[in-house]
Parts: sequence; C-alpha cells; structure tokens
Amino acid sequence: MLITNLEFLPDRKIHKHLGLVQGSSVRAKHVGRDIMASLKNIFGGELRGYTELLHDSREEATERMLEQARGVGANAVLNIRYSTSSIAAGAAEIFVYGTAVELKDND
Amino acid sequence: MIEAGFFVVLLVGGYIFGRLAEKRHMKSIIKREAINNALPAIASRHPPTDQPYHQHLVGGSVVIGSDYFKSFMSGLINIFGGRVTPFETLLDRARREAMLRMKEEARRYNAAYVFNVKYETTRVATGKVAAMEVFAYGTAMIPGNRQLSSVISSA
Repeated sequence: MLITNLEFLPDRKIHKHLGLVQGSSVRAKHVGRDIMASLKNIFGGELRGYTELLHDSREEATERMLEQARGVGANAVLNIRYSTSSIAAGAAEIFVYGTAVELKDND
Repeated sequence: MIEAGFFVVLLVGGYIFGRLAEKRHMKSIIKREAINNALPAIASRHPPTDQPYHQHLVGGSVVIGSDYFKSFMSGLINIFGGRVTPFETLLDRARREAMLRMKEEARRYNAAYVFNVKYETTRVATGKVAAMEVFAYGTAMIPGNRQLSSVISSA
C-alpha cells in the first residue's frame, strides 16, 4: 500500500476514487511513566516515554486506516493528514485520514 | 521554611540541569542539521517531475518537557505580559528535532526531497507536567522508478 500526503503522483493516474478512509487511536500512559515524566519535568529534556507512546499510537492509527483502505480495495491512500489532540490529562487521540484510490502506472 | 527550601532547590536544580540539557540538545541539533541540510524539506504540494520518483511517507516526532525554572519564569512573565522566551526556545528545539528525525528517516530511503512537509504541535499535559509534542511529516521522494505492483507487495 502506497501512502503519501501528496494529492497526486506525477507518473501514476488515479483509476478510481474509493472515498475517505480513516483511523484513530487513543492512548494513555501508565502511572509509572507519568511519575517519570513529572520528575523529568523538573530538569527538562525529552520525555522519551511519551515520544514512544505517541509514535506507537500514530502507527496504530495508520494501520487502522490501511485496514479500511484494503477493505475497499485500494492500492494507495493519497493526501493523508494527521491530527493530534490531548483529550484528557494523560490521554491523547491520534487521528489520520486520507483518500483511498486505485492507482495505475502510466504507460 | 522547609517548603521554601524545597522550592529554591527545585528552582536552582531546574535552572542548572535545564540549561545543561538545552545546551546539549542545541549542540546536537546544530551538528545534525549541518549533515541533513543536503536533503531539502519542501512545503509545496506539487511534486517534481524532472525524473521518476517513488514515494514514502516519513515522519519524526518528539516530546520535550519544560523544566521547573522555565515553568516558573513563564508564570512570572505571564503577570507582566511579553515574550515568553523560555517556551520559545523549547518549541524551537522540539520543531528542529522533529524535522531532523523526519529527515533522518528519509535519508535511510535515499530520498532526494521531502515534499509537502507539515508540522503538528500538541500540548501533552498531565497534571503539572508541561510538555509539547511536535510531529513533522511529509512525503519522501526517492529517485528511481518502482512499479506499483512491487510497492504493494512490499507494504
């Protein structure tokens, strides 16, 4: 599956539009990480635990979007966008969406 | 009395370790930027057509926390208004780090450009913790033609 945030690809043509596909994931940190983060917060620096958590969350959301795309028979998702919102203390939602299409090589 | 002592320790500790962390981070950013500047990140939505490329989505993210001193200073500045420099530098570091991580991923694919680069900034808040996440993403343009069928089978 080809995923890109470009709207079109110069050497491929869109054979069929298959509509919007999306995926989301809400994750929270466990207490241990929160405690570590609040300690880190005194001295500054990267909060690696959170970086990893959001990274994994983003991967999961993307995977869910791809599942949907496969379901409608797409071979590419174009113009994808990510959005992140922290919905509660300690939990963040990652949302990703894009247009599922069937691409063909130009010959 | 004990509380005031605790506060001073946190403030001084935050100042010293925060400054150290920031200095170390800036040094690493400047060094890595010199290497990664050869790979342009472009905010345009129109991909180049000079030669065949294949595409791969790349991204980099980082969560950077504030330190006790920065948080205290921003509280002070909040009273009088004005530029909150402690947080300006924090966000600058986060953005440059995210961009670098994105470029480092793109370089692993031997990309020539990263197109349509977008930034995303979110506050990751947990109680007293003030931390910002920056996520930078874009489409790596990798020179060379690859047939769609091989793109699909490798995914």
